[in-house]
Amino acid sequence: MSAARVVLVLGDDVSTDVVYPGRYMATVLPTETPQYAFADHAEFNALLQSGGVAAGSVVVAGKNFGCGSSREQAVSTLKGHELVIVAEGFARIFLQNAINLGLRLVEAPGIRAGAGDELAIGVAAVTNLTTEKRYPTRPLPPARQAIINAGGLIPYTRQRLLKRAGAR
Amino acid sequence: MGMTVVQKILARASGRGVVAVGDVVEPAVDLAMSHENAALVISQFQAIYEGTGLEPTLWDASRIAIVFDHRVPAESPKTATNQKKIRGFVGATGIAKFHDIRGDCGGICHQILPENGYVRPGQVVVGTDSHTTSHGALGAFAFGIGATEMASIWALGYAVNIEVPATIKVEVTGAMPPMVGPKDLILHLIGSLGAAGATFRVLEFHGETIARMPTSGRLTLCNMAVEAGATSGIVPADAETLRYLREEAGVQEAVEAVVPDPDAPYERVVEVDVSQLVPQVACPHTVDNVRPVTGVAGQHVDQVVIGSCTNGRLDDLAAAARIVKGKKVAAGTRMLVFPASGRIYQQALAAGYIADLLAAGAVVMNAGCGPCLGVHEGALGDGEVALSTTNRNFKGRMGNPTAEVYLCSPAVAAASAVAGVIVDPREGRVQ
Repeated sequence: MSAARVVLVLGDDVSTDVVYPGRYMATVLPTETPQYAFADHAEFNALLQSGGVAAGSVVVAGKNFGCGSSREQAVSTLKGHELVIVAEGFARIFLQNAINLGLRLVEAPGIRAGAGDELAIGVAAVTNLTTEKRYPTRPLPPARQAIINAGGLIPYTRQRLLKRAGAR
Repeated sequence: MGMTVVQKILARASGRGVVAVGDVVEPAVDLAMSHENAALVISQFQAIYEGTGLEPTLWDASRIAIVFDHRVPAESPKTATNQKKIRGFVGATGIAKFHDIRGDCGGICHQILPENGYVRPGQVVVGTDSHTTSHGALGAFAFGIGATEMASIWALGYAVNIEVPATIKVEVTGAMPPMVGPKDLILHLIGSLGAAGATFRVLEFHGETIARMPTSGRLTLCNMAVEAGATSGIVPADAETLRYLREEAGVQEAVEAVVPDPDAPYERVVEVDVSQLVPQVACPHTVDNVRPVTGVAGQHVDQVVIGSCTNGRLDDLAAAARIVKGKKVAAGTRMLVFPASGRIYQQALAAGYIADLLAAGAVVMNAGCGPCLGVHEGALGDGEVALSTTNRNFKGRMGNPTAEVYLCSPAVAAASAVAGVIVDPREGRVQ
């Protein structure tokens, strides 16, 4: 369990319009969406674009992260930068999309951190190594674990199809 | 113990007699809808089959619907090329429930599906659009999913690993006062529940007010259930549902209503009396930031938008037309109107609503999502303020992160367009 650096801190109700503005929705491919991550946070977007954010870096947010649109670009854009989202809570469709695409989400009620803080993200808790505070995590819905274990919904569905074809 | 409507629907769809809240089920899907994001669904669908030696095969093309609405007509070569790719796929796979950019049978997916009778009570409906919750208005269990999940459903025909959601019963009583309607009710409810107040839950609507409410209003309620975080909203099918399906959606065959058991296990009951409700406005930048219109009266508006999957139906256009008839949109304010479908556009034309709106100075656009999600027409200038009958007011939603969006009913929007500032439509201030 290595330490991960907090690169962006946001509040409650961060919508998918903030993560991936609607005007870029004609861009759909996961290989192309990362350029528009947090496009309206110009400074942070520039930092991402410049390669100045290491894989595994953390965005910390409040409740209801990812609310709004079902657009999957809001997940693929973050996945493209291998960001980890630690939030007090997630909106349902965003959470599901993240599981399906293998974006790492951690639900840690009460989480507090500042930009530059170091977090140790464990199974049972997130520890802010800078403030020395510990926040127990809430496990993801158990039904979803099988999809995570398969590496996302595409390989998971592929397994189902092959099983069905084999049974024939 | 009995079951809620959604429990009953999921039990049937997963071939089980009974399901309890929290059970994991894999329900067969009755209807799977996408819009322009079908372009991504197609590429994910093809990715599933890579390396398997299997031919990509839709489980049932007759249960798939694709409706172009988000960017119609295309605003860019990129969008036009995506739409072209989808047309090719639709032709090759024989998807008949395809609604292209047309003035007769095109429009917004959440109007096209109901008005064509595609949605029936008791169905499991999924859509790659968060406002798929709308279709609960017809007694279906309808929820939004992402493109990859849709690709999986296209291949398998069922949704994998779905947890049976808990249900919050919303009991609505009282008669709506003049100038108060379904939009005010749902904004009020979202304001009291909070933007995440119903996350992972279903809102099941009941009560005398709902029984009297036409399907168009129920679509408004269920449409915005997701703004309280809900998985879905649902109105158990009743006489009005059957009337709508028969008279407005052209459904001839018998339809079976699925209703909850009297002892269904609700997580809680929320009671709302609408008899004292006043027009509501959701203020920037969250949908649960709701105030009575009197609290924001006088706020200047640069652009008024009437339309969308929330409030672009015939009675919405009628309400707006009645208010602006014989008056003029204020100088310094633009009024844009987007009917929810080509059919509604033609009905509004025949009823004279379009003429009244145009004469007042409104611009009536083609049916579609319009400026709601900020990708197409009706962009806002820096620092401008919009008042809109749409469903979201997030920062940047209408394409400009420095603009502000207020949400309201068609009555508030139309009266405010004439005044140039937000006004209470109950007052005779709009003369």
